Amino acid sequence: MKTLMISLKIFLFFTILTGIIYPLLVTGIVQVIFPAKANGSLITKNNQTIGSELIGQQFDSVIYFSARPSAVSYNPLPSGGSNFGLTNTRLNVLVAERKQQFITFNQLDSLTVIPSEMLFASASGLDPHISPQAAMLQVVRIAKARNFDQNEKQQLVKLITTLTETPQLGFLGEERINVLLLNLELDHSDEKHFINK
Amino acid sequence: MTTLDIIQIILFFALLIGLTPVLGNYMYKVFTGSKHFMMSAFGWLEKLTYKIIKVNPDEETNWKSYTFSLIMFNLVGFVFVFLIQLFQAQLPLNPANLPNVSWHSAFNTAVSFMSNTNWQGYAGETTLSYFVQMMGLTVQNFVSAATGIAVLIALIRGISRKTTDKLGNFWTDLTRSTLYVLLPLSILFAIVLTGQGVVQNFNSYETVQTIEGASQVLPMGPAASQIAIKQLGTNGGGFFNANSAHPFENPTPFSNFLEMLAILLIPAALTYTYGKMVGSTRQGWTIFTAMTILLIAGLSISLYAEYSANPVFGHLPLMEGKESRFGITNSVLWSTVTTAASNGSVNAMHDSLSPLAGLVAMLNIMLGEIIFGGVGAGLYGMVIFIILTVFIAGLMVGRSPEYLGKKIEAFEVQMAIIAILAPSFVILLFSAWASVTQAGLSSLNNAGPHGFSEILYAYSSAAGNNGSAFAGLNANTLFYNLTLGIGMLIGRFGVIIPVLAIAGNMAKKKVTPSSAGTFRTDNWLFIGLLISVILIVGGLTFFPALSLGPIIEHLIMNSGINF
Repeated sequence: MKTLMISLKIFLFFTILTGIIYPLLVTGIVQVIFPAKANGSLITKNNQTIGSELIGQQFDSVIYFSARPSAVSYNPLPSGGSNFGLTNTRLNVLVAERKQQFITFNQLDSLTVIPSEMLFASASGLDPHISPQAAMLQVVRIAKARNFDQNEKQQLVKLITTLTETPQLGFLGEERINVLLLNLELDHSDEKHFINK
Repeated sequence: MTTLDIIQIILFFALLIGLTPVLGNYMYKVFTGSKHFMMSAFGWLEKLTYKIIKVNPDEETNWKSYTFSLIMFNLVGFVFVFLIQLFQAQLPLNPANLPNVSWHSAFNTAVSFMSNTNWQGYAGETTLSYFVQMMGLTVQNFVSAATGIAVLIALIRGISRKTTDKLGNFWTDLTRSTLYVLLPLSILFAIVLTGQGVVQNFNSYETVQTIEGASQVLPMGPAASQIAIKQLGTNGGGFFNANSAHPFENPTPFSNFLEMLAILLIPAALTYTYGKMVGSTRQGWTIFTAMTILLIAGLSISLYAEYSANPVFGHLPLMEGKESRFGITNSVLWSTVTTAASNGSVNAMHDSLSPLAGLVAMLNIMLGEIIFGGVGAGLYGMVIFIILTVFIAGLMVGRSPEYLGKKIEAFEVQMAIIAILAPSFVILLFSAWASVTQAGLSSLNNAGPHGFSEILYAYSSAAGNNGSAFAGLNANTLFYNLTLGIGMLIGRFGVIIPVLAIAGNMAKKKVTPSSAGTFRTDNWLFIGLLISVILIVGGLTFFPALSLGPIIEHLIMNSGINF
């Protein structure tokens, strides 16, 4: 009985300490020093929240760069992957389909090597990145859809190079490009250009 | 693999080795009650705790009351987490208006977080309110880790003391590991993680209009504070369903590197604490070396499996269930580390790993998670294997076995065998049961040997208190919630109780002074013997089951067959 009382009391005390005070303390600190990040790195455009820098979005339109395949169609509730094993026929069929689809959609030669992340679904289903190579393969299609001339097409290639994130601190992680930010920048530069024309 | 990949791996191990004596020495001071720098910051909290619970921190108890306190405390935690899930709709901090959780899922989750398993049959963002996540789960993240450390410290006292029945005071050990080790590290780590982009707020879910005009609901919440302790306390239960693959939970390669390091930080440092407390840091480094060798061996096999071509996908990097920012190397390093420790968080979907990398993950868990392992749990599991090794070595040379001056007798060996058999029993028998019943088979996501692997992995993860999964298995059913929950209980307390019994029994013994004939336990020969015993015990127990799962899947995949 005495042990039970001690257990209850210390449990209550630690619940208050680690369950209430600790998260509140951390929230208080980070809301002051990293407010944007603590609140989800949201992006606003014309006073409208259009997404988070960190969370990928589905892009089906011919005028945008496509993101990776997603097992949850970029719906974050809940996040997740396909959980297909490598010997699962469904995975094999999907990979073949995605390959064909990527080639047709981007009007590529059928022998083009497609970067692997465009054929396989991500772990979270919300992966915001693709490789710069995968972005480059989509340039011709997007330039055509947006009626870009040769110069504008060059600008687009340059945009990809500028937005490519190199390994963090020079050695951590992979080279990658954020599809949402890339498409936003693409819209932005196209708009400017449109007015100039 | 590129040079950068190799640099990342080397840096990871270098930092781990470098931080081990620093943190290990600090924890030595904490648990021996010596003066240390955190006392000025949190000393008043420690005193306040003892005042509230009216316990004299210096009053020590024998192993039976130590165990009894531990079980009562865990029971209270279980009941609380179970109840608040059943009534979360009526409780505050539920902006997404999530309904009450089913009783069997609530049972499973309560056992899971109390036992440091953090297996998740549910998806966080669509199941649990902020109230349950904070008041229930975050708290258990702390105290289940502290419980593991307490058991280890009691065991060390049992080994290093002589002719006493006192093992220490459970409440003191629990309080000190929470206040001086877990809490300060978590506060620091949570802040750094938010700086990388992990969310930490109490906002409602954010509905946004995507560029193409669709609507997307972004989940929010106090994630960073839970993720920090989830990594440091080898808990592993994610705030979101995709765990550390979720960009809000692990946004950058740097956050990924730190989260990986956090998994092994405390378990590795405890080997140093161990050495200090038994009076020879060499003993601690011996254990550290054996663990590192096993870890690197597993990592090498996994990397080989992931980078080699196979007839199904050729030379395509296997990016299914992996994130672009981490790539193959960081995903495989994580999968090896998280299963070596009893963490179980994931940054890639283990279900989609190549068969041999999946095998390594599973085997790491099956061996008892003694490759660094859970905080406290890994090292006390390793001591069990040390006892067994010393015993076998004693039989071979015909001397009565001794470890650190203490005679290893029938009682210790019996208890060690119980601690090894309890989780193995759960893994093999429950997997067999699930494989022949409709209730077990209907949850599978993959056919063929991979389907069997999903079941085998689930029970290994439960019994080993790991918590990672071949997540295609739909485990949120009555059958799995109950059997996995029971598996976790057996895997946790079926080891803790024998370990504390050993501690109690060893504390009573006299110390035999070492002589020329003493069998040394701090050299390469012993490391070799220890690794052999671990692999032989693990191999004999699990090879048949593994050959029906990942091994045959590997062979089948290499002949290009699908299911």
